[in-house]
Amino acid sequence: MFETLILMLDATMRVSTPLIFAALAGLYSERAGIVDIGLEGKILGSAFAAAAAAAVFGSAWIGLCFGVLASVCLALIHGFACITHRGDHIVSGVAINTIVAGLTVTLSMYWFGMGGQTPALSGDARFLDITFPFADALESVPVIGQIYSNLLSGHNILVYLAFAMVPVTYWVVYKTRFGLRLRAVGENPHAVDTAGISVSFIRYRALIICGILCGFAGAYLSTAHNAGFLKDMSAGKGYMALAALIFGKWRPVPVLLACLLFGFLDAVAIRMQGVVIPGIGEVPVQAIEVLPYVLTVLLLAGFIGKAIGPKAIGRPYVKERA
Amino acid sequence: MSQAKVPAWVNIALIPMLNIALAFIVSGLVILAIGENPIEAAGYLIFGAFGYDEGIGYTLYYATNLIFTGLAVSVAFKGGLFNIGGEGQAYIGGLGVGLICLSLDHTMPFYVIAPLAVIGSAIFGAAWAYIPAYLQARRGSHIVITTIMFNFIASSLMVYLIVNWLKEDGRMAPNSRTFEENAWLPYLHELLSPLGIDIGDSPLNLAFIWALLCCVFVWGLIWHTRWGYQLRTLGTNPTAARYAGIDTAKVTIWAMLISGGLAGFVGLNEIMGVNHNLLLNFTAGYGFAGIAVALMGRNHPIGIILAATLFGALYQGGAELAFEIPTITPEIVVVIQGLVILFSGALEHMLKDRIEGFFIRRAVA
Repeated sequence: MFETLILMLDATMRVSTPLIFAALAGLYSERAGIVDIGLEGKILGSAFAAAAAAAVFGSAWIGLCFGVLASVCLALIHGFACITHRGDHIVSGVAINTIVAGLTVTLSMYWFGMGGQTPALSGDARFLDITFPFADALESVPVIGQIYSNLLSGHNILVYLAFAMVPVTYWVVYKTRFGLRLRAVGENPHAVDTAGISVSFIRYRALIICGILCGFAGAYLSTAHNAGFLKDMSAGKGYMALAALIFGKWRPVPVLLACLLFGFLDAVAIRMQGVVIPGIGEVPVQAIEVLPYVLTVLLLAGFIGKAIGPKAIGRPYVKERA
Repeated sequence: MSQAKVPAWVNIALIPMLNIALAFIVSGLVILAIGENPIEAAGYLIFGAFGYDEGIGYTLYYATNLIFTGLAVSVAFKGGLFNIGGEGQAYIGGLGVGLICLSLDHTMPFYVIAPLAVIGSAIFGAAWAYIPAYLQARRGSHIVITTIMFNFIASSLMVYLIVNWLKEDGRMAPNSRTFEENAWLPYLHELLSPLGIDIGDSPLNLAFIWALLCCVFVWGLIWHTRWGYQLRTLGTNPTAARYAGIDTAKVTIWAMLISGGLAGFVGLNEIMGVNHNLLLNFTAGYGFAGIAVALMGRNHPIGIILAATLFGALYQGGAELAFEIPTITPEIVVVIQGLVILFSGALEHMLKDRIEGFFIRRAVA
């Protein structure tokens, strides 16, 4: 029983990692007042760029750089439409998701000719698992040994980075001058403007950070979690991250918990395949898979607490003219 | 601000055309980037879509789905609601069609099944839109987020229902049994051949005519009824609508019900018209493509018919293109869709402000 739990928590960490990156990415963007439906597209774009570059250069790190670059470019397109041209944030996000879904397949066909995939990655082209010191030796120690060796040790560097990003984000958003301005721009851009600070510049910076983090999420999917890019491999993770962001009420630590909950449900769904529970019968996998979305809807409806987003979210900022 | 007016044709024709032209230019650059000639590609595409009878049939068959989802997006949009859930509503609408065909095809004739299927698809699609609509109108949840969530819920629900309940016994493929022929919508080429009109074999069926009727219905509803006026007021200025005594919650819910019902009709074309069984993933992104169609068609039924036909042509021509030039995949159509959404939706102010400024300056001078 305990061993099963450890295995499931281990799986939870792996599945949650891209969600954590993407949800924190969304946090920067939405705290600055920019709605980001385009998380999905950025993850997918980065996953493709990372896998393609890793395959060509044989290095996962170079792959990561290209993934981040691709994702930041997409974030800048979003910024160009929403900030510079005051376009609709949601339409822009949908456009980015659609363009990326088509472009990744088109480009992968052109470069690799493998029906929308990239070549399988191996060796240095992937992020490999890191084994903590003495992990093997301690494995036989009950409870603590198993937690240390099987749960905490044996993940790749991006998993640890994702978890590390949570306190970093907390610090940036709540303890720095940039974070204060970021939050202010999402609540009351006029006030920020009056203080002589450029609303656009802060929003652009927020989107660049958002792009970088989504880049990590995508690179994780294709070069760490999997060994290569597959068509539509983000499979709704961006939307799930968005759900986690709302579920965590736009705050770093609750967002982390929401991501872990959603990841855990995913792990449960895989585990529950065909399992018959006495008295209930076989629980359909789909019922568990769908829980994050149902929970988010219930939360938004105010049935389980209230999700109140940044006040100025989704509204283009127009400087008042004299 | 000056009071000078921008000529109507600028807003109705010039700006949308320029936006679409930009989308096509960027698409051309993508084709150029993968080492193919965009002009040659466009040639194959146009021939594939319009060059022969069968191609035209396929183009209009794809357009049928896009008219339904385009109308769905635009009705909601007229009320200021962004319905991103067309995909889920179309999927559940198809479930309604499938259930009616599966339960009645042994006992009832076509002329009983067909109207019931129309009603069924509308009710199922509308029901799926009702919950997000209710939550938006009464509980203040954001319709975009809830409709996205409902797309995922719809897709899981359909997998569950089809795999566990509707799948044919002893078969691996996740689809229902094939309907009896009296539950098939007739193909247009079958209907027209007795009249001596030959249009080539294609999946184009009666649902296309229904799509055109829906356009007329939407046009009448939005521009010639009291409710349509309320809807447009709500879309232009929700605060004014409230002060004018319009029950905005009610209008919101009805707008989404109609929107969901229209999206549900995709099931008519796909399930009853072409596949003749209930299967997974038949919506294939038409719900999202509807956003591009509505934006391109400026939320007007005539514009939507034109935009849907253009996108239908891209689907059909894109398939032909992929056949002629293997390095270009049919996904290029998805790229073009995305670019249309980007340029005519998100970046609409980029050209609009400049062009309007140009005409205003000219009018003043």
